[in-house]
Amino acid sequence: MGSVAIKKIEQPKSFKFSKANLDKIEKILAKYPSNQKASAVMPLLDLVQRQHQNWIPEVAMEEIARILEMPRIKVFEVATFYTMYNLKPVGEYLIQLCTTTPCWLCGSADIVKACEDHLGIKVGETSKDGKFTLVEVECLGACVNAPMIQVNDDYYEDLTAENMIELLEHLKTGDDITVGSQTGRTGSCAEAGPTTLESHAKKAKIKMAEIEEDK
Amino acid sequence: MPKLTIDDMEVTVEAGTSLLQAAEQLGIEVPRFCYHDRLSVAGNCRMCLMEVEGAPKLAASCTAPCGEDMKVHTKSEKVKTAQKGVMEMMLINHPLDCPICDQGGECDLQDQSVAYGFDRSRFLDNKRSVKNKDLGPLVKTTMTRCIHCTRCVRFGEEVAGIEELGVLNRGEHLEIGTYVEQMITSELSGNLVDVCPVGALTSKPYAFKARPWELTKTETIDVMDAVGSNIRVDSRGNEVLRVLPRLHEDVNEEWISDKTRHACDGLKMGRLDKPYLKNSKGKLKPVSWNDAFEAISAKIKVTDGSKIAAVVGDLCDCESIMALKDVMHLLGSPHLECRSDGSKFNPYIPSGYNFNTSIAGVEDADLIILIGTNPRLEAAMLNARIYKNWRDNKVKVAVIGSHIDVNYPYVHLGTGSETLQDLIAGKHDFDETLKNAKKPMLILGTGATMRNDGLAVHALACEFAEHYNMIQDDWNGFNLLHMSASRMGALALGFTPKLENGGHDLDGIVKASSKGNLDILYVMGADDLPFDKLGDDTFVIYQGHHGDKGAAHADVVLPSVAYTEKNATYINTEGRVQIARKATFPVGDAKEDWTILRSLSAYLGRPLPYDNLLELRERMVQENDLFNHVDEVIAQPWNKVIASDISVNKVPFKLPMADFYQTNVICRASGTMQECTDAFFSANIKKRRVNG
Repeated sequence: MGSVAIKKIEQPKSFKFSKANLDKIEKILAKYPSNQKASAVMPLLDLVQRQHQNWIPEVAMEEIARILEMPRIKVFEVATFYTMYNLKPVGEYLIQLCTTTPCWLCGSADIVKACEDHLGIKVGETSKDGKFTLVEVECLGACVNAPMIQVNDDYYEDLTAENMIELLEHLKTGDDITVGSQTGRTGSCAEAGPTTLESHAKKAKIKMAEIEEDK
Repeated sequence: MPKLTIDDMEVTVEAGTSLLQAAEQLGIEVPRFCYHDRLSVAGNCRMCLMEVEGAPKLAASCTAPCGEDMKVHTKSEKVKTAQKGVMEMMLINHPLDCPICDQGGECDLQDQSVAYGFDRSRFLDNKRSVKNKDLGPLVKTTMTRCIHCTRCVRFGEEVAGIEELGVLNRGEHLEIGTYVEQMITSELSGNLVDVCPVGALTSKPYAFKARPWELTKTETIDVMDAVGSNIRVDSRGNEVLRVLPRLHEDVNEEWISDKTRHACDGLKMGRLDKPYLKNSKGKLKPVSWNDAFEAISAKIKVTDGSKIAAVVGDLCDCESIMALKDVMHLLGSPHLECRSDGSKFNPYIPSGYNFNTSIAGVEDADLIILIGTNPRLEAAMLNARIYKNWRDNKVKVAVIGSHIDVNYPYVHLGTGSETLQDLIAGKHDFDETLKNAKKPMLILGTGATMRNDGLAVHALACEFAEHYNMIQDDWNGFNLLHMSASRMGALALGFTPKLENGGHDLDGIVKASSKGNLDILYVMGADDLPFDKLGDDTFVIYQGHHGDKGAAHADVVLPSVAYTEKNATYINTEGRVQIARKATFPVGDAKEDWTILRSLSAYLGRPLPYDNLLELRERMVQENDLFNHVDEVIAQPWNKVIASDISVNKVPFKLPMADFYQTNVICRASGTMQECTDAFFSANIKKRRVNG
């Protein structure tokens, strides 16, 4: 995602923060001393990404450099350093497939294949309808419920080839999406139910169920 | 003051000194790539590792501060193994292309690989390759060779004031780049080549020209501006191949401007190598020295001294100015002029035409007023000092005159002399800030004096300096910034109109010529005179080294030598006398300037009383004691410049320099400078036009 790649992309001519985001920027800037505004570069890049179809165009980086009174190359440095900032257009759903060892042991290769086959695209590509982009990432830290993926801000866990395809369909239509475990597991509780401290677990389960109901 | 032991040697250092600096004080060689004396510490190459007793890991000595009673080893087995490892890692992605790399022979990586490295590689995979970047016509990039020391990035930020280079991506994909592939625009970009420890950034004009061991190195002085940067001229045979900076803490530190560095190819082009004389048809034809001198002396012998004038151009050395002055004195001419750009400041009061604060002194100022000047173009190294002061101390800068494109923020006070008047009268908002400044200074540029009321502006600026406490016992904040290397030398030698004998300044000379009252004009290297305004009856003798405008308008052309071809003395804008040395030999029949004048005086039957450079230099000392003080800045006692006619007009100050890369005959002959103009300047003009 270096400068070379960026050049080839059609860039928008201008970028303006929305009113809501400008208010947020004010709040973010209040956290830092006025002569160290550059500290706010990461949250601002994130705001751009949320406002602008999940990716950060050149003009937006220039806008950030202007607001934070820092050289634009410094904004660019930060944006290229972190892989979570997208510097080229991505689909509505950015699917990050974890293929690190624990997920791989639990069958992440099948998940990747299921996604590729179902969407008809390879990892690193965006589907024709602009809905999905597949990327392979390293450990996202939810190994207990492996294999797992991240779609935009949410984790989806306990995947199999079947429920992965189901999930993709739900995402496509936008309804009935279950965030988190796809098998209904609570948190990172053992898959077959608790095997030790059963009385406590029972207690806990009841408690948890109560909390769920409260919501 | 911690006391510590490094390699069994005891040393006491200032608090805050790093281990690397302490080791250097003891004369221990410490390998390094990212550490640079003049840049901030990055600590990312890990080559300078040292073993500190009691510490669990080796320390990067450039970042580790000295502590009391530390015991440090720089050559222990552990250190050697680690450095070997670092070198091996460093070379993993570095191509083995030394035979075709311009850095070869003066490459830190090559040298340290031999001294501290491992003699083979165990790396079996493919090396990565990185796309080259376009950094303009002066810096050639081979980014695959980059070892990511980030010296170039830090140089840009901390010295040049261009925050355009940065470190992009991360890990295996890390690379040095510019913001979305933009060309860097800086007048100091050539220094990037010097700071780069490997062959990633090399000099484009010098590409594939020579190996460092083939070159003869001559330490000399630059003449592209009035700063007098210390340079080293590298030549092979009789060809100057490149110019590099030489350390001088008080002048240019260890940087030089791109013009200083890259105009040297102009020394090969458009040179005058034979004397020329205009024939009856009005065409210049090559003649012998004898014929040329005969023609001149025949003309001079029938001319009255008051109808002879002489003008000195921007690249002349003090020796030739002295000789020309003596010749003019013999002929009885009062019309001597060294302000060849037409500026009208008072040339008789040293404190009035000197850069009194001194170049290094700029760093102590707490308020800088720029009047009719853009130091970035007129004296790039001086501007680097202002930038440094702004970066370190946030010095306040204010500008009177046109808006300028500089790399630090400034307050714009006004456009012309009435702003100075308003300030003195206390009618300006900035009055308070000026009054509160402890060490304020002003820089009066050629833009403010190169006008009809130049003398009045000069006097007004002196008044201004006194009014705002710029003249103190140990601080003189009044500065006139010159643009040409010869100016201070000529002023010190008194190459100025002899007013008591009715001497004309440049305007007067041109006017006299157009009215037919001037018979001979001796032009020594001045090519920017208004030649077309001269009368047809004026016999123009041009002495210089390039076939530029001056030679084109001359009746006789006497070929002389350029700055790399003579032993000579120059005085920079702060009054520092510096000695330049000869690197190459004259082209064709050209002769050193002062010997031409010496020969001419013999033809006139009144030979000058010196036969060699030493005698001539003694004569210079007689004229001005300054020449006794080589490489010193002598504080000039303050004398205020007063103008009899103090009326100033309201025309805004204009900037004198249109194009940084085309200011003298050598630059104009240089292909590299032309490329720079095309790349930076024409592009900028276009952009400005588009923006309206």
